[in-house]
Amino acid sequence: MAINWFKYSAPTTFYPLAGKLIPWFAISSLILFAVGLYIGFVVAPADAQQGEFYRIIFIHVPSSIISMFLYLIMAAYAALGLIFNTRLSSMMASAIAPTGALFAFISLWTGALWGKPMWGAWWVWDARLTSELILLFLYLGFIALHASIDDPRRADRAAALLAIVGSVNVPIIYFSVKWWNTLHQGSTIKYSGTSMHIAMQQAMFTMLAACWLYAIAIALTRVRSIILERERNSKWITELAEVKS
Amino acid sequence: MKPRQKRAVYIVLAIAAVGLAVGLVLNALKDNVSLYFTPTQVFNKEAPQDRSFRIGGLVEEGSIRREKDGLTVHFMITDLHQKLPVVYKGILPDLFKEGKGVVAQGKMEADGLMHASEVLAKHDENYMPPEAADALKKAEAANAAAAAASAVAPAAK
Repeated sequence: MAINWFKYSAPTTFYPLAGKLIPWFAISSLILFAVGLYIGFVVAPADAQQGEFYRIIFIHVPSSIISMFLYLIMAAYAALGLIFNTRLSSMMASAIAPTGALFAFISLWTGALWGKPMWGAWWVWDARLTSELILLFLYLGFIALHASIDDPRRADRAAALLAIVGSVNVPIIYFSVKWWNTLHQGSTIKYSGTSMHIAMQQAMFTMLAACWLYAIAIALTRVRSIILERERNSKWITELAEVKS
Repeated sequence: MKPRQKRAVYIVLAIAAVGLAVGLVLNALKDNVSLYFTPTQVFNKEAPQDRSFRIGGLVEEGSIRREKDGLTVHFMITDLHQKLPVVYKGILPDLFKEGKGVVAQGKMEADGLMHASEVLAKHDENYMPPEAADALKKAEAANAAAAAASAVAPAAK
Protein backbone atom coordinates (compact mmCIF):
# COMPACT_ATOMS: atom_id res chain seq x y z
CA MET A 1 0.00 0.00 0.00
CA ALA A 2 1.43 3.32 -1.00
CA ILE A 3 1.24 5.99 1.65
CA ASN A 4 0.45 9.40 0.33
CA TRP A 5 3.18 11.41 2.10
CA PHE A 6 1.95 14.64 0.61
CA LYS A 7 -1.22 14.22 2.64
CA TYR A 8 0.80 14.83 5.82
CA SER A 9 2.71 17.70 4.30
CA ALA A 10 -0.49 19.72 4.34
CA PRO A 11 -0.84 21.86 7.48
CA THR A 12 -4.56 20.97 7.53
CA THR A 13 -3.84 17.31 8.28
CA PHE A 14 -0.57 17.78 10.15
CA TYR A 15 -1.99 20.20 12.73
CA PRO A 16 -4.39 17.67 14.37
CA LEU A 17 -1.87 14.81 13.94
CA ALA A 18 0.81 16.78 15.80
CA GLY A 19 -1.72 17.61 18.50
CA LYS A 20 -2.37 13.91 19.06
CA LEU A 21 1.34 12.97 19.10
CA ILE A 22 2.63 15.67 21.48
CA PRO A 23 1.34 14.16 24.79
CA TRP A 24 2.96 10.79 23.99
CA PHE A 25 6.36 12.35 23.32
CA ALA A 26 6.07 14.67 26.33
CA ILE A 27 5.09 11.96 28.83
CA SER A 28 7.68 9.41 27.65
CA SER A 29 10.30 12.17 27.76
CA LEU A 30 9.43 12.97 31.40
CA ILE A 31 9.61 9.28 32.38
CA LEU A 32 12.98 8.81 30.66
CA PHE A 33 14.34 12.00 32.27
CA ALA A 34 13.40 10.61 35.70
CA VAL A 35 14.96 7.20 34.93
CA GLY A 36 18.07 8.72 33.35
CA LEU A 37 18.68 11.12 36.23
CA TYR A 38 18.18 8.31 38.75
CA ILE A 39 20.72 6.05 37.02
CA GLY A 40 23.04 9.00 36.48
CA PHE A 41 23.08 10.25 40.06
CA VAL A 42 22.45 7.09 42.10
CA VAL A 43 23.43 3.97 40.14
CA ALA A 44 26.41 5.12 38.07
CA PRO A 45 29.73 5.04 39.97
CA ALA A 46 32.15 7.94 40.30
CA ASP A 47 34.88 8.20 37.66
CA ALA A 48 38.42 7.08 38.46
CA GLN A 49 39.98 10.41 37.42
CA GLN A 50 37.26 13.02 37.56
CA GLY A 51 35.31 11.83 40.60
CA GLU A 52 31.80 13.27 40.61
CA PHE A 53 32.55 16.00 38.07
CA TYR A 54 32.13 13.66 35.11
CA ARG A 55 28.36 13.50 35.73
CA ILE A 56 28.02 16.62 33.59
CA ILE A 57 28.22 14.27 30.57
CA PHE A 58 24.66 13.09 31.24
CA ILE A 59 23.42 16.46 30.02
CA HIS A 60 26.46 17.72 28.06
CA VAL A 61 26.80 14.80 25.63
CA PRO A 62 23.08 14.42 24.77
CA SER A 63 22.66 18.15 24.19
CA SER A 64 25.77 18.29 21.98
CA ILE A 65 24.63 15.32 19.89
CA ILE A 66 21.12 16.71 19.54
CA SER A 67 22.28 20.22 18.70
CA MET A 68 24.23 18.77 15.75
CA PHE A 69 21.51 16.37 14.55
CA LEU A 70 18.77 18.99 14.86
CA TYR A 71 20.78 21.28 12.62
CA LEU A 72 20.94 18.63 9.91
CA ILE A 73 17.21 17.94 10.27
CA MET A 74 16.48 21.67 10.12
CA ALA A 75 18.63 22.04 7.00
CA ALA A 76 16.91 19.03 5.41
CA TYR A 77 13.47 20.54 6.08
CA ALA A 78 14.67 23.86 4.72
CA ALA A 79 15.95 22.12 1.56
CA LEU A 80 12.65 20.26 1.14
CA GLY A 81 10.85 23.60 1.48
CA LEU A 82 13.04 25.09 -1.25
CA ILE A 83 12.73 22.14 -3.61
CA PHE A 84 9.04 21.23 -3.27
CA ASN A 85 7.73 24.60 -2.15
CA THR A 86 5.87 22.89 0.69
CA ARG A 87 4.75 25.30 3.37
CA LEU A 88 4.98 22.80 6.21
CA SER A 89 8.67 21.96 5.61
CA SER A 90 9.71 25.58 6.08
CA MET A 91 7.50 25.83 9.16
CA MET A 92 9.20 22.74 10.61
CA ALA A 93 12.62 24.29 9.97
CA SER A 94 11.56 27.43 11.84
CA ALA A 95 10.08 25.32 14.65
CA ILE A 96 13.31 23.35 15.16
CA ALA A 97 15.71 26.32 15.22
CA PRO A 98 15.05 27.62 18.78
CA THR A 99 15.31 24.11 20.27
CA GLY A 100 18.57 23.52 18.40
CA ALA A 101 19.92 26.82 19.66
CA LEU A 102 18.91 25.88 23.21
CA PHE A 103 20.77 22.56 23.05
CA ALA A 104 23.86 24.18 21.50
CA PHE A 105 23.82 26.72 24.33
CA ILE A 106 23.40 24.02 27.02
CA SER A 107 26.27 22.10 25.47
CA LEU A 108 28.61 25.12 25.57
CA TRP A 109 27.47 26.22 29.03
CA THR A 110 27.82 22.81 30.73
CA GLY A 111 31.13 22.33 28.94
CA ALA A 112 32.41 25.60 30.41
CA LEU A 113 31.22 24.64 33.90
CA TRP A 114 33.11 21.34 33.60
CA GLY A 115 36.14 22.85 31.89
CA LYS A 116 37.01 25.24 34.74
CA PRO A 117 37.65 22.59 37.43
CA MET A 118 38.91 19.84 35.05
CA TRP A 119 40.97 21.60 32.39
CA GLY A 120 41.65 24.77 34.35
CA ALA A 121 39.89 27.10 31.88
CA TRP A 122 36.29 28.10 31.17
CA TRP A 123 36.95 28.44 27.48
CA VAL A 124 39.70 27.50 25.03
CA TRP A 125 39.70 28.39 21.35
CA ASP A 126 40.20 24.84 20.17
CA ALA A 127 38.52 23.46 17.04
CA ARG A 128 35.75 21.52 18.82
CA LEU A 129 34.63 24.40 21.04
CA THR A 130 34.89 27.02 18.32
CA SER A 131 32.92 25.02 15.75
CA GLU A 132 30.18 24.33 18.31
CA LEU A 133 30.03 28.07 19.04
CA ILE A 134 29.67 28.68 15.29
CA LEU A 135 26.77 26.20 15.32
CA LEU A 136 25.03 28.29 17.99
CA PHE A 137 25.59 31.43 15.89
CA LEU A 138 24.19 29.65 12.81
CA TYR A 139 21.01 28.83 14.73
CA LEU A 140 20.73 32.39 16.00
CA GLY A 141 21.48 33.72 12.50
CA PHE A 142 18.74 31.52 11.04
CA ILE A 143 16.22 32.82 13.59
CA ALA A 144 17.31 36.44 13.15
CA LEU A 145 17.33 36.31 9.34
CA HIS A 146 13.88 34.74 9.30
CA ALA A 147 12.54 37.39 11.67
CA SER A 148 14.05 40.28 9.71
CA ILE A 149 12.05 39.61 6.51
CA ASP A 150 8.36 40.49 6.68
CA ASP A 151 7.03 38.21 3.93
CA PRO A 152 7.15 34.70 5.49
CA ARG A 153 7.65 32.89 2.16
CA ARG A 154 10.64 35.07 1.25
CA ALA A 155 11.96 34.72 4.80
CA ASP A 156 11.70 30.92 4.43
CA ARG A 157 13.81 30.94 1.27
CA ALA A 158 16.52 33.24 2.62
CA ALA A 159 16.82 31.38 5.92
CA ALA A 160 16.78 28.01 4.12
CA LEU A 161 19.85 29.02 2.15
CA LEU A 162 21.69 29.93 5.36
CA ALA A 163 20.66 26.63 6.96
CA ILE A 164 21.84 24.58 3.97
CA VAL A 165 25.21 26.32 3.65
CA GLY A 166 25.77 26.11 7.41
CA SER A 167 25.30 22.34 7.44
CA VAL A 168 28.94 22.07 6.28
CA ASN A 169 29.85 22.97 9.87
CA VAL A 170 28.32 19.84 11.42
CA PRO A 171 30.88 17.28 10.13
CA ILE A 172 33.60 19.76 11.12
CA ILE A 173 32.34 19.69 14.73
CA TYR A 174 32.20 15.92 14.74
CA PHE A 175 35.62 15.27 13.22
CA SER A 176 37.41 18.26 14.79
CA VAL A 177 38.88 16.12 17.58
CA LYS A 178 40.29 13.74 14.96
CA TRP A 179 41.63 16.19 12.41
CA TRP A 180 43.37 18.63 14.73
CA ASN A 181 45.05 18.79 18.11
CA THR A 182 42.32 19.89 20.47
CA LEU A 183 41.99 20.20 24.22
CA HIS A 184 38.61 18.49 24.00
CA GLN A 185 38.98 14.73 24.32
CA GLY A 186 38.28 12.34 21.46
CA SER A 187 35.04 10.42 20.92
CA THR A 188 34.06 7.95 23.61
CA ILE A 189 31.33 6.36 21.51
CA LYS A 190 32.99 4.67 18.54
CA TYR A 191 32.16 1.91 16.10
CA SER A 192 34.89 -0.19 17.70
CA GLY A 193 33.14 0.02 21.08
CA THR A 194 32.47 2.51 23.82
CA SER A 195 35.18 3.18 26.39
CA MET A 196 32.79 3.80 29.25
CA HIS A 197 31.44 1.88 32.22
CA ILE A 198 28.08 0.21 31.49
CA ALA A 199 25.96 2.07 34.10
CA MET A 200 27.36 5.39 32.85
CA GLN A 201 26.42 4.38 29.31
CA GLN A 202 22.88 3.45 30.36
CA ALA A 203 22.41 6.82 32.07
CA MET A 204 23.83 8.71 29.10
CA PHE A 205 21.76 6.94 26.46
CA THR A 206 18.58 7.20 28.56
CA MET A 207 19.19 10.95 28.88
CA LEU A 208 19.84 11.11 25.14
CA ALA A 209 16.48 9.45 24.42
CA ALA A 210 14.73 11.74 26.92
CA CYS A 211 16.25 14.84 25.29
CA TRP A 212 15.23 13.60 21.83
CA LEU A 213 11.63 13.07 22.91
CA TYR A 214 11.64 16.50 24.55
CA ALA A 215 13.00 18.07 21.36
CA ILE A 216 10.32 16.38 19.22
CA ALA A 217 7.48 17.33 21.59
CA ILE A 218 8.62 20.96 21.73
CA ALA A 219 9.19 21.23 17.96
CA LEU A 220 5.71 19.85 17.27
CA THR A 221 4.15 22.24 19.79
CA ARG A 222 5.98 25.14 18.17
CA VAL A 223 5.04 24.13 14.64
CA ARG A 224 1.36 24.07 15.66
CA SER A 225 1.66 27.68 16.83
CA ILE A 226 3.41 28.61 13.59
CA ILE A 227 0.66 26.95 11.53
CA LEU A 228 -2.01 28.85 13.47
CA GLU A 229 -0.18 32.13 13.02
CA ARG A 230 0.57 31.79 9.32
CA GLU A 231 -2.71 30.25 8.21
CA ARG A 232 -4.88 32.42 10.44
CA ASN A 233 -6.87 33.72 7.46
CA SER A 234 -7.71 30.30 6.02
CA LYS A 235 -11.15 28.79 6.50
CA TRP A 236 -10.16 25.58 8.31
CA ILE A 237 -8.44 27.53 11.07
CA THR A 238 -11.46 29.70 11.76
CA GLU A 239 -13.50 26.50 12.07
CA LEU A 240 -11.17 24.90 14.68
CA ALA A 241 -12.82 24.31 18.06
CA GLU A 242 -9.98 25.99 20.01
CA VAL A 243 -10.09 29.06 17.75
CA LYS A 244 -13.87 29.48 17.81
CA SER A 245 -14.22 29.58 21.58
CA MET B 1 14.24 18.75 -16.00
CA LYS B 2 11.39 19.83 -13.81
CA PRO B 3 11.97 23.04 -11.84
CA ARG B 4 11.99 21.14 -8.56
CA GLN B 5 14.69 18.75 -9.79
CA LYS B 6 16.69 21.76 -10.92
CA ARG B 7 16.43 23.30 -7.46
CA ALA B 8 17.53 20.00 -5.86
CA VAL B 9 20.60 19.92 -8.13
CA TYR B 10 21.44 23.55 -7.27
CA ILE B 11 21.26 22.75 -3.56
CA VAL B 12 23.51 19.69 -3.89
CA LEU B 13 26.00 21.71 -5.97
CA ALA B 14 25.93 24.57 -3.42
CA ILE B 15 26.69 22.20 -0.53
CA ALA B 16 29.49 20.55 -2.52
CA ALA B 17 31.01 23.91 -3.47
CA VAL B 18 30.86 25.34 0.05
CA GLY B 19 32.18 22.07 1.46
CA LEU B 20 35.11 22.12 -0.94
CA ALA B 21 35.88 25.77 -0.18
CA VAL B 22 35.76 25.26 3.58
CA GLY B 23 37.85 22.10 3.24
CA LEU B 24 40.55 23.93 1.30
CA VAL B 25 40.61 26.84 3.74
CA LEU B 26 40.86 24.55 6.76
CA ASN B 27 43.58 22.53 5.07
CA ALA B 28 45.56 25.69 4.37
CA LEU B 29 45.13 26.85 7.97
CA LYS B 30 45.92 23.42 9.43
CA ASP B 31 48.65 24.61 11.77
CA ASN B 32 46.57 27.52 13.01
CA VAL B 33 43.50 25.41 13.72
CA SER B 34 45.40 22.99 15.94
CA LEU B 35 45.44 24.13 19.53
CA TYR B 36 49.00 23.10 20.34
CA PHE B 37 52.34 21.90 19.02
CA THR B 38 53.88 18.57 20.00
CA PRO B 39 57.40 18.39 21.49
CA THR B 40 58.63 16.79 18.24
CA GLN B 41 57.36 19.79 16.27
CA VAL B 42 59.17 22.11 18.69
CA PHE B 43 62.44 20.23 18.17
CA ASN B 44 61.95 20.38 14.40
CA LYS B 45 61.58 24.16 14.82
CA GLU B 46 58.03 24.16 13.49
CA ALA B 47 56.83 26.06 16.54
CA PRO B 48 57.29 29.86 16.80
CA GLN B 49 60.71 30.74 18.22
CA ASP B 50 60.33 34.09 19.94
CA ARG B 51 56.70 34.33 20.86
CA SER B 52 54.25 32.49 23.07
CA PHE B 53 52.75 29.21 21.83
CA ARG B 54 51.00 26.14 23.26
CA ILE B 55 52.58 22.77 23.65
CA GLY B 56 50.70 19.55 24.33
CA GLY B 57 51.60 16.02 25.32
CA LEU B 58 51.86 13.81 28.37
CA VAL B 59 53.40 14.75 31.70
CA GLU B 60 56.38 12.42 31.90
CA GLU B 61 56.21 9.88 34.74
CA GLY B 62 58.38 10.91 37.68
CA SER B 63 59.24 14.30 36.23
CA ILE B 64 57.12 16.54 38.48
CA ARG B 65 59.30 18.49 40.93
CA ARG B 66 58.03 21.28 43.19
CA GLU B 67 60.16 24.15 44.44
CA LYS B 68 60.20 25.12 48.11
CA ASP B 69 57.68 27.96 47.64
CA GLY B 70 55.06 25.26 46.92
CA LEU B 71 53.80 27.05 43.82
CA THR B 72 56.54 26.69 41.23
CA VAL B 73 56.43 23.34 39.44
CA HIS B 74 58.93 21.77 37.04
CA PHE B 75 57.88 18.94 34.75
CA MET B 76 58.59 17.41 31.35
CA ILE B 77 56.08 17.28 28.51
CA THR B 78 56.65 14.29 26.26
CA ASP B 79 55.07 12.84 23.11
CA LEU B 80 57.10 9.62 23.66
CA HIS B 81 59.66 10.78 21.03
CA GLN B 82 60.90 14.11 22.34
CA LYS B 83 60.49 15.88 25.64
CA LEU B 84 60.55 19.47 26.74
CA PRO B 85 61.12 20.88 30.24
CA VAL B 86 58.45 23.26 31.51
CA VAL B 87 58.36 25.52 34.55
CA TYR B 88 55.08 26.95 35.82
CA LYS B 89 54.15 29.07 38.82
CA GLY B 90 50.51 28.85 39.82
CA ILE B 91 47.63 26.55 40.63
CA LEU B 92 47.37 23.40 38.56
CA PRO B 93 44.02 21.92 37.42
CA ASP B 94 42.62 18.82 39.18
CA LEU B 95 43.38 16.45 36.32
CA PHE B 96 47.07 17.41 36.14
CA LYS B 97 48.86 14.12 36.85
CA GLU B 98 51.94 12.22 35.74
CA GLY B 99 51.26 10.17 32.63
CA LYS B 100 48.19 12.24 31.75
CA GLY B 101 47.58 14.75 28.97
CA VAL B 102 48.52 18.40 29.41
CA VAL B 103 48.57 21.60 27.34
CA ALA B 104 50.84 24.46 28.43
CA GLN B 105 51.06 27.96 26.98
CA GLY B 106 54.32 29.84 27.28
CA LYS B 107 57.58 30.96 25.69
CA MET B 108 60.91 29.21 25.27
CA GLU B 109 63.50 31.20 27.21
CA ALA B 110 67.28 31.30 26.88
CA ASP B 111 67.65 28.83 29.78
CA GLY B 112 66.09 26.11 27.56
CA LEU B 113 62.97 25.92 29.72
CA MET B 114 59.49 26.74 28.61
CA HIS B 115 58.12 29.34 31.01
CA ALA B 116 54.41 28.57 31.04
CA SER B 117 51.81 31.20 31.81
CA GLU B 118 48.94 28.73 31.69
CA VAL B 119 48.70 24.97 32.19
CA LEU B 120 45.57 23.05 31.16
CA ALA B 121 44.84 19.38 31.74
CA LYS B 122 43.66 17.31 28.78
CA HIS B 123 41.24 14.58 29.67
CA ASP B 124 41.10 11.23 27.86
CA GLU B 125 37.92 9.64 26.51
CA ASN B 126 37.76 6.76 29.01
CA TYR B 127 35.25 6.70 31.83
CA MET B 128 35.43 4.00 34.49
CA PRO B 129 34.94 3.60 38.25
CA PRO B 130 38.08 3.64 40.46
CA GLU B 131 37.97 -0.14 41.07
CA ALA B 132 38.08 -0.83 37.33
CA ALA B 133 40.98 1.60 36.91
CA ASP B 134 42.90 -0.19 39.69
CA ALA B 135 42.23 -3.59 38.12
CA LEU B 136 43.42 -2.27 34.75
CA LYS B 137 46.62 -0.92 36.30
CA LYS B 138 47.34 -4.24 38.01
CA ALA B 139 46.76 -6.17 34.79
CA GLU B 140 49.12 -3.82 32.94
CA ALA B 141 51.77 -4.20 35.63
CA ALA B 142 51.42 -8.01 35.46
CA ASN B 143 51.74 -7.89 31.66
CA ALA B 144 54.81 -5.69 31.87
CA ALA B 145 56.38 -8.04 34.44
CA ALA B 146 55.62 -11.05 32.23
CA ALA B 147 57.09 -9.28 29.19
CA ALA B 148 60.22 -8.35 31.15
CA ALA B 149 60.58 -11.95 32.41
CA SER B 150 60.30 -13.41 28.90
CA ALA B 151 62.78 -10.84 27.58
CA VAL B 152 65.28 -11.76 30.30
CA ALA B 153 64.76 -15.53 30.07
CA PRO B 154 66.53 -16.15 26.72
CA ALA B 155 69.50 -14.08 27.85
CA ALA B 156 69.81 -16.16 31.02
CA LYS B 157 70.12 -19.40 29.06
